[in-house]
Amino acid sequence: MGKTMTEKIFSEHVGRDVKAGDMVISKIDVAMVQDGTGPLMIEEFKKMGFKDVNVKRALLVIDHASPSPRKELSNSQKLMREFARSTSAYLHDIGEGICHQILVEKYVKPGDIVVGADSHTCTSGALGAFATGMGSTDVAIAFGLGKIWFKVPETIKVIIEGELMVGVYPKDVILEIMRILGSDGATYKAIEFVGECVESMGQDDRFTLSNMAVEAGAKTGLIPTDETTKKFLESSGRGSDFRKIFPDPDASYEKVVKVNASRLEPMVSVPHQVDNVKPVSELEKENIKIDQIFIGTCTNGRLNDLTTALKILEKNGKSPNVRLIVSPASKNILNRALKEGIIEKFVELGAVIIPPGCGPCVGIHQGVLGDNEKVLSTQNRNFKGRMGNPNAEIFLASPATAAAAAVTGKITDPRRFL
Amino acid sequence: MMIKGKVWKFGDNISTDLIAPGRYFHLRNDLQKLAMHVLEDAMEDFSKKVKKGDLIVAGKNFGLGSSREHAPRIIKLAGVSCIIAESFARIFYRNAINIGLPLVELKETDGIEQGDELSVDLENGTIKNITKNEVYEFEPIPNFMMQILKEGGITNYIKKYGDFPEVSE
Ligand code: SF4
Repeated sequence: MGKTMTEKIFSEHVGRDVKAGDMVISKIDVAMVQDGTGPLMIEEFKKMGFKDVNVKRALLVIDHASPSPRKELSNSQKLMREFARSTSAYLHDIGEGICHQILVEKYVKPGDIVVGADSHTCTSGALGAFATGMGSTDVAIAFGLGKIWFKVPETIKVIIEGELMVGVYPKDVILEIMRILGSDGATYKAIEFVGECVESMGQDDRFTLSNMAVEAGAKTGLIPTDETTKKFLESSGRGSDFRKIFPDPDASYEKVVKVNASRLEPMVSVPHQVDNVKPVSELEKENIKIDQIFIGTCTNGRLNDLTTALKILEKNGKSPNVRLIVSPASKNILNRALKEGIIEKFVELGAVIIPPGCGPCVGIHQGVLGDNEKVLSTQNRNFKGRMGNPNAEIFLASPATAAAAAVTGKITDPRRFL
Repeated sequence: MMIKGKVWKFGDNISTDLIAPGRYFHLRNDLQKLAMHVLEDAMEDFSKKVKKGDLIVAGKNFGLGSSREHAPRIIKLAGVSCIIAESFARIFYRNAINIGLPLVELKETDGIEQGDELSVDLENGTIKNITKNEVYEFEPIPNFMMQILKEGGITNYIKKYGDFPEVSE
């Protein structure tokens, strides 16, 4: 019997054939915490009596409240810096970017097992790694023992066929998949994203798919590695880390889901559930006024996301009635956007550029909404209160749909502007 | 392990944003204070109403969303002794067991109402609804996790034994 990508990766790590359903204790290749989960990790790490980290690539990233807006958070961040100094863990301080973007740019290799104290750790699955989010205590164990227990998950195979129409993006595809699977449709499962549409996507777009796997409850969202993966690794000077990871043709799946990308239109997730997804054409009729637009996050804060949005905005201008906030997902992306003149153009259009990091996504600072305000964001979650105010409404969409809303001040089909 | 207490009832999809809202992010290092806001966006004044030993009963997909372990921690700090739900989000499930908060997956929770008194037997997989004089059965918690719960969480377990409990397949 063949193996899924997950079964292959676990079998390699534990040194015997494992299959879905097995309980295993596996070695960890990469472990990560961010400033929301790091302080608690450190506390538990110390309580367990560990002195140094036992995993080669252990990192602490300050991205959630970055730079810190208040003293309580500054003190937690201080704790993280001290921990990094006294152990062999790496620190990525304010302004370096979102933990998941840093992971894929610098640390994760195909075939790795990655645990991060952040639910969107699944983003690294797009590099053919088994990457999953856990709590602070689990990651403290991973830091200290270099291993952790897993129940090897069953896999749902999501086949994305066809070619995307103009104006339709990978974000629309993953929102459609969320609509199909539902917010608990993949609980305890891994997802494999395959098919010609995935194969034709650039690496940046693949991260958008994997990033949202957890919104269906999945442990991770894997994508087989290929030439595109190789090029991506080469571009960050890590070409030698490339290796082919793919499922066996006779692997066994819990379920197979097919999505035809050719027929898809731009989609929007409507408050307060990610799987509450509707086509933009339907919402457009409702005349939904938007107060703030946010382009960024680990879902859609990469260079191609910025250029897509910019193209629409440059041609059509920004409505004076919306606030537009843009945050590149990492320092590397910010730098490239600066060199290509993207940042300058956004500023001229009236956008506010905030430092690489999570920005308003998690409601701590920078762009908290007022009562009854509506925001359209390129992020991955729209739960009530997510962006800091339970009396606000969050819509999720692609950077193109976000840009179209920035042009008109309401939810608009981006295909009008192409 | 036997748990007895009164029920607080919640619906489906109680997210970690509802349990531990991001606007209180700065209180994450002061869990006692954070616990005063536990679930307040889902039920007004929950932290004031809940008594030590009470149980939460909910629908599907409890604890979905962010990996913040603060969510199960403040539920436990608020006095809740056990959460019974039709299903749990994966990260939340691990986190709760790790910190020593027992979880029960019960297929059907519609019959249980707010205020009912329950007695839960974790090892045998039975819940007795004392108010309604009914008994419900669930899949008992795996031995691996039971050992963690008995030590009051995985931190205590690792501190004591230096490693995980044995996994049985
Ligand atoms: S950008 Fe948002 S979703 Fe991504 S890691 Fe930051 S807070 Fe989480």
